[in-house]
Amino acid sequence: MYEFEMTRPTTIADAAKALGDEDAQALGGGQTLIPTLKQRLAMPSALVSLGAIPEMKGVCMSDAGEVCVGGATPHAVVAAEATAYPGLAGLAAHIGDPAVRNRGTVGGSLANNDPSACYPAAALASGATIVTNTREIAADDYFQGMFSTALEDGEIITEVRFPVPEVSHYEKFVQPASRFALVGVMVAKFADGVRVAVTGASEDGVYRWTEAEAALSASFSADALADLAVSGDGMISDLHGSGDYRAHLVKVMTGRAVAKAA
Amino acid sequence: MPKDNGIGAATTRREDIRFLTGEGQYTDDINLTGQAHAVFARSDVANGVIKSIDTTAAMDMPGVLAVFTGEDFTEVGGNPAGWLINSRDGEPMKEPKRPVLAHGKVRHVGDAYAAVIAETKQQARDAVEALEVEIEELPAVIDMASAIGGGELVHDEIETNVCFDWGWIEDNRAATDEAIKNAPHVTTLELVNNRLVPNAMEPRASTADYNPGTDEYTLYTTSQNPHLTRLLISAFVLGIPENKLRVVAPDVGGGFGSKIYHYGEEALVLAAAKKLKRPVKWTASRTEAFLTDAHGRDHVTKIELACEKDGTFIAFRTETMANVGAYLSNFSTATPTFLHGTLMAGNYTVPNVYVNVKAVFTNTAPVDAYRGAGRPEATYSIERVIDMAARELGMDPIELRRKNFIKPDQYPFASAAGLEYDSGNYDAQMDKLEAMIDRDGFAARRAESEKNGKLRGLGVNAYIEACGIAPSNLVGVLGSRVGLYDAATVRVNATGNLSVMVGAHSHGQGHETAFPQVVADMLGIEAESIDIVHGDTAKIPFGMGTYGSRSLAVCGSAVVRATEKIIAKAKKIAAHMLEASDGDIELKDGQFSVAGTDKSVSFGEVALKAYIPHQFPIEDIEPGLEETAFYDPANFTYPSGAYACEVEVDPQTGKVTVDRFAAADDFGNIINPMIVTGQVHGGLAQGIGQALVENTTYDENGQLLSASYMDYCMPRADDLPFYQVDHSDGTPCTHNPLGVKGCGEAGAIGSPPTIINAVVDALQSGGHDVAHVDMPLTPSRVWTAMQG
Ligand SMILES: Cc1cc2nc3c(=O)[nH]c(=O)nc-3n(C[C@H](O)[C@H](O)[C@H](O)COP(=O)(O)OP(=O)(O)OC[C@H]3O[C@@H](n4cnc5c(N)ncnc54)[C@H](O)[C@@H]3O)c2cc1C
Repeated sequence: MYEFEMTRPTTIADAAKALGDEDAQALGGGQTLIPTLKQRLAMPSALVSLGAIPEMKGVCMSDAGEVCVGGATPHAVVAAEATAYPGLAGLAAHIGDPAVRNRGTVGGSLANNDPSACYPAAALASGATIVTNTREIAADDYFQGMFSTALEDGEIITEVRFPVPEVSHYEKFVQPASRFALVGVMVAKFADGVRVAVTGASEDGVYRWTEAEAALSASFSADALADLAVSGDGMISDLHGSGDYRAHLVKVMTGRAVAKAA
Repeated sequence: MPKDNGIGAATTRREDIRFLTGEGQYTDDINLTGQAHAVFARSDVANGVIKSIDTTAAMDMPGVLAVFTGEDFTEVGGNPAGWLINSRDGEPMKEPKRPVLAHGKVRHVGDAYAAVIAETKQQARDAVEALEVEIEELPAVIDMASAIGGGELVHDEIETNVCFDWGWIEDNRAATDEAIKNAPHVTTLELVNNRLVPNAMEPRASTADYNPGTDEYTLYTTSQNPHLTRLLISAFVLGIPENKLRVVAPDVGGGFGSKIYHYGEEALVLAAAKKLKRPVKWTASRTEAFLTDAHGRDHVTKIELACEKDGTFIAFRTETMANVGAYLSNFSTATPTFLHGTLMAGNYTVPNVYVNVKAVFTNTAPVDAYRGAGRPEATYSIERVIDMAARELGMDPIELRRKNFIKPDQYPFASAAGLEYDSGNYDAQMDKLEAMIDRDGFAARRAESEKNGKLRGLGVNAYIEACGIAPSNLVGVLGSRVGLYDAATVRVNATGNLSVMVGAHSHGQGHETAFPQVVADMLGIEAESIDIVHGDTAKIPFGMGTYGSRSLAVCGSAVVRATEKIIAKAKKIAAHMLEASDGDIELKDGQFSVAGTDKSVSFGEVALKAYIPHQFPIEDIEPGLEETAFYDPANFTYPSGAYACEVEVDPQTGKVTVDRFAAADDFGNIINPMIVTGQVHGGLAQGIGQALVENTTYDENGQLLSASYMDYCMPRADDLPFYQVDHSDGTPCTHNPLGVKGCGEAGAIGSPPTIINAVVDALQSGGHDVAHVDMPLTPSRVWTAMQG
């Protein structure tokens, strides 16, 4: 690590002000940022912890029936409290290990937009709204490729609002070492159609598999996927699996998610 | 029944209380007054010429005390290979110098070319970044086959990338070739024994202290063998007289081989401590551990098994390329040769064996012995090709093995690979194994798996290994530059408790519990009154340390011999005290008595007499009660076993799940069955890790792609089944006093082929024409193999 200052504001306004400084960076649960700092791969002059801001913590229901998760809420709290949305709670319950779940936050995960992370699939499949200190961003506009999002410098994810589907499931095939998603698929069935979001697979990061959405909206069963083909082009290829393997898994995981959706 | 804490008792490990409550003292826990910190500058290219290193700016950084580069060590020696191998043509192996710091060239990612010493670690790290370094990158030598072909060189001065081209046994080559040519059936298999990163929980660390008043050095370091480390530093590298260098290996958090060797960082902190007249400390980061600990395995082998139509083995012949990495680590030349080729007859009466090994330099981390060291590579080749032959011949894989097993009445048995096995009973182990794994129930379980859309396979194998390393005379003939005896001093203190100083080092093996059980049993006293002292050259006799499952077989034998001397002397003292002749003294349950009388003195009374020798026959007996013994084994020991497992394969994803695993081992006599079970469990986890998940991958530029736990997978509890382990009724070793064989590596040796055999069986059962898949069997590899 290099040296840095650390502040712990207690309001979103103070945090936003502190982040106005060009070299300042937000600190969520630190599960990604701290290892990066330890390796000296980043050198912010100041860290602004979001962990002491009460308005950014917790799970509640909006009047519109959305599950609202504060941007600094750890995964373990979502796993325990998002009971109105079992697909989301189940996803949170299988992120990393207990230590990671007790520290890592939904805001940090979405801000980082790791191509193998789980939360982006939940946000995209749910058609969630990412609320920041300055605006509201629809999930469909938010993810812009690996590690890239619609966030401006210093913008803070204060809350994420998840519409609750009729049934849903997140099926994750783990990369054996990191246990992030080698391929993860979130299927969410709403009254007006099915949304399918795929993480871990594409070089462009999380994406919606629209062919599967159409097929599943017509008939919500794994069999409905039978005639669909997924191409390995543009899929991540690394020591854990080729692009073709990931493409194959997209279909298998989608089928399993449909079968388990509740 | 074993006594509470004697031989055969499942005593819980006394050292665990210390480890589990955080009271262990590891090298990094030792902080000396005034200590400075070393941080190394390491190459980020695999192969390159060091054009210049400008240290001026770094020296001006806050807190910086000194900067070292390769230039500072040109006058001292290199870190040598411990074993001289001659090529088939009689030429000695190529031995390029391995300097303390890279000089002229860097040869692998992580190769250290400079070190900064500063007041704090942070300051040293900052100064490393301030070094102005120009390194001209050269193409990396990574693939062994291309490296053998020539082109870019790892070491220019030896003009080849081939360290040696070894034949075993060269005189048997023609006969083996002929036998294979004429054989009715030959099965051929090409396979890779995957490279492994050792991943000891505790990273390497070294702290050096120098006393200018006495010119004495102390090195605290993560070592499995402090005397060997001292010998290498004194005799080869820095030339510090042995009597001026104390090496202390305190608690060590796992080694698996990687901490046998001397590394340049140890020499650097010693040199820095002397220059600065201050203690200097270095602790590796996890990244440094990945990049610079000596890796394991990394063989590419073609094996042929020739047999009769009825399955009788005629010959094994192998050609292996063994990666030694960028430099020769201390045992790197022995591992692929005498710890591998000599085991290539397995448990079988096969008459012809010929092994060819080419050791190859590449721009990768050095490769050396890792839990099993050579024997896992031999077992894997043999047991995979036998399984494949059984399939080709349409024979049951267990029956094929049984048909060729050495039988109990054939010992001592001279194997076709040049060893003399002393004892064993492979059929008995196989009988036990078939019951443990419930072979009869397999068909029903397979049907059940298939109902759930899964493929189920059964894999078996048999292994033999050579432990108790090693008879010095024999290994001397074979090229070893050291002896491989061990030593123990038994000191009976005046008040009757004991300190036993041993050359073996315990870093997970439970010596502090098991060794006292031996002594307690022999003396008939409580094990609690006996302590083991190890890991400090200032306290222990010159022993060779712990590796090759040798501690109990070799050092334990030295303990027995020293204790026998104690008993002999104590009897003399008792005889004097009881006014009898020593021939009439019997020792039982800690009491010395005159045979046929009720006259006796206790062990404690004799001890006190030895140290307060009033009315003592000093003309016949010296005061004190302390004895040392060195023990050099007559032969290797030969643990063996039969392993079986069942796996389920998910045909949609290629994921392999190990459903059950049974291990029937013969370790000879057992001192502490609980510790042995633990050793087997750990070995199995490592072997299953190698088989399924551990994936060391260098890209063509020599970057280690799996250099952190985000990409390098270690086996975790939920990757593993509950094991069934049985090591009862072993056949005792015939040549050491305890009849023990060694159990530390068996699990890691026997398990990989078991897993692969089972997976191939599962895939075949699903109609997939897959004869072999290379380790690790990650889901993607299995799935890819299934696609044909
Ligand atoms: C061992 C391990 C296993 C893991 N396994 C998984 C897994 O299986 N699935 C998975 O999805 N993830 C996994 N993770 C990631 C983890 O769950 C966290 O989600 C992730 O590390 C980021 O969240 P954080 O709160 O720790 O963010 P930090 O590390 O604190 O920050 C990450 C980035 O986000 C920024 N940031 C943080 N909070 C906000 C905010 N509210 N608004 C704007 N920007 C912000 C930071 O400035 C930084 O750039 C794993 C992590 C580890 C260490």
